[in-house]
Amino acid sequence: MGKVISNERVSEQVYLLKVERNDECRMGQFYMLRAWGNYPLLSRPISIFNKSDEGIEFLIQVVGEGTELLAALRPGDPVTLEGPFGNGFPETQGRVALIGGGIGIAPLYYCAQQIPNADIYLGFSKEPYLLDRFSSVAGNLYTNVGGYIVDDVDFHQYDTILTCGPHGMMRAVQTKQQTTGCLSRVYVSLENRMACGIGACLVCSVSCVDRRKKACTDGPVFAAEEVLFHD
Amino acid sequence: MIDLTCRVGNIDFKNPIVMASGTFGFGREYGKLYDISKLGGISGKGLTLHPKAGNDGLRVFETPSGMLNSVGLENPGIPYFLEHECENWETLDTVRIVNLGGNSIDEYVMGAILIQEDYDRRQALGRQAVDMIELNISCPNVKEGGIAYGVKTCAAREVVRQVRQATSLPLTVKLSPGAENLVEMAMMCEDEGADALSLINTISGMKIDVHRRSSVFRNLYAGLSGPAIKPIALRMVHQVAQHVNIPIMGMGGIVSATDVIEFIMAGASVVQVGTYNFMNLRAGQDLIEGLVQFMQVENIKSLDEIRGIL
Repeated sequence: MGKVISNERVSEQVYLLKVERNDECRMGQFYMLRAWGNYPLLSRPISIFNKSDEGIEFLIQVVGEGTELLAALRPGDPVTLEGPFGNGFPETQGRVALIGGGIGIAPLYYCAQQIPNADIYLGFSKEPYLLDRFSSVAGNLYTNVGGYIVDDVDFHQYDTILTCGPHGMMRAVQTKQQTTGCLSRVYVSLENRMACGIGACLVCSVSCVDRRKKACTDGPVFAAEEVLFHD
Repeated sequence: MIDLTCRVGNIDFKNPIVMASGTFGFGREYGKLYDISKLGGISGKGLTLHPKAGNDGLRVFETPSGMLNSVGLENPGIPYFLEHECENWETLDTVRIVNLGGNSIDEYVMGAILIQEDYDRRQALGRQAVDMIELNISCPNVKEGGIAYGVKTCAAREVVRQVRQATSLPLTVKLSPGAENLVEMAMMCEDEGADALSLINTISGMKIDVHRRSSVFRNLYAGLSGPAIKPIALRMVHQVAQHVNIPIMGMGGIVSATDVIEFIMAGASVVQVGTYNFMNLRAGQDLIEGLVQFMQVENIKSLDEIRGIL
């Protein structure tokens, strides 16, 4: 259980929800959130946007019934949190780029807080948001509106690249890693649908080169080269 | 004093809350969140003789008060389970049920034999990891024939008969709501020596992506679970209970203590809880607490007072 500290609309259909909660967590991990009874059925996996002494911030895009209810939360409202879950992003080395697309920018702020001077690349479909916060923790901040943010990044410049975004973007990251032959360590964080979030239900399965893995416990972060992206 | 104990065949359950196959892994994940030895029992992830990779593509879709799943019986295979999970199961103080699936009678029988042999080996050492086998003749996701056994009584009879011969462990048969004649199927299982029945498995359903003009699932259909199916499940448990004398583990959409009570009143000996585990990761302990409270308020001392009263 947690209590809502604030819930701020930061863009059309995007909310920054702050919840009173103090856990040890790693960048790239997520929580299962719900703020309702038995309907909708499932909790929603939401990644950690930021963590402070006050609580945890979640960046939430309204895409359906569950996120709509989360967006409607007011200060003082109770919210059920289970987590933090998932492996999170690994320790980084050398020059680091963080690439996010759409609501996939969410986990990158907490990454940038812990990785000094990381360059941040953010792709938006419409008007950008939260740029002031991202620029305060970035080495350099680059944005792209309406285009493909992955195209803007010179992979060869970086030793480690952490990415999060929609399926197509994650596949583009993998393709770029392969075609440029860069030696950077590249990681993708996947946004699969989940049910339990703890590795029991097997619905968030990810096909990898060696075996099927679970996005919730083996991921959500995977080395870009190990994921077999289907259409 | 409230007595939550129940009996299925000759197995004692400390309470009627059993975790349903496919929603609880082998218990390890939930075991980190609460003491799963408080549960009446657990039915492990469905196992087949050989490992199965499960289905490609999307595997879950939320529906009004329910969810469709298309996991396709992904599992590490029985030998892996016996080697790597049973040791942990030995430490659990709850009824441990192995869920056995298969694509052919030979596969079912070989699976049952392996489980029985492992059971005998452990017994010889004074140990035990498994209390019961749940024969899954109803997984709707396996194309190669799983559905056929669950639908046709005559096909299912052969599976039940041969598995019954292959093991002396208590045997429950998990029935599909897609059976052509569920009551006939249930009576057949009793005839063939099943000790109990588990019902219902998921109901076959569908979801179409209207923009892509295709099913969201590669397998076309998927299994519907959750509160949406509870009224159907309850009716089926009640119907079957009128026609068999063996105990029933009732399930389908249970999310509250009163749901549990409904299934008991419909004639179930114990219940299984599936999808609710996803909605509430501590579903087991919350349901047990809720049951005690309900029974206190309603002045029910034992579930025997209300079992099958309809």
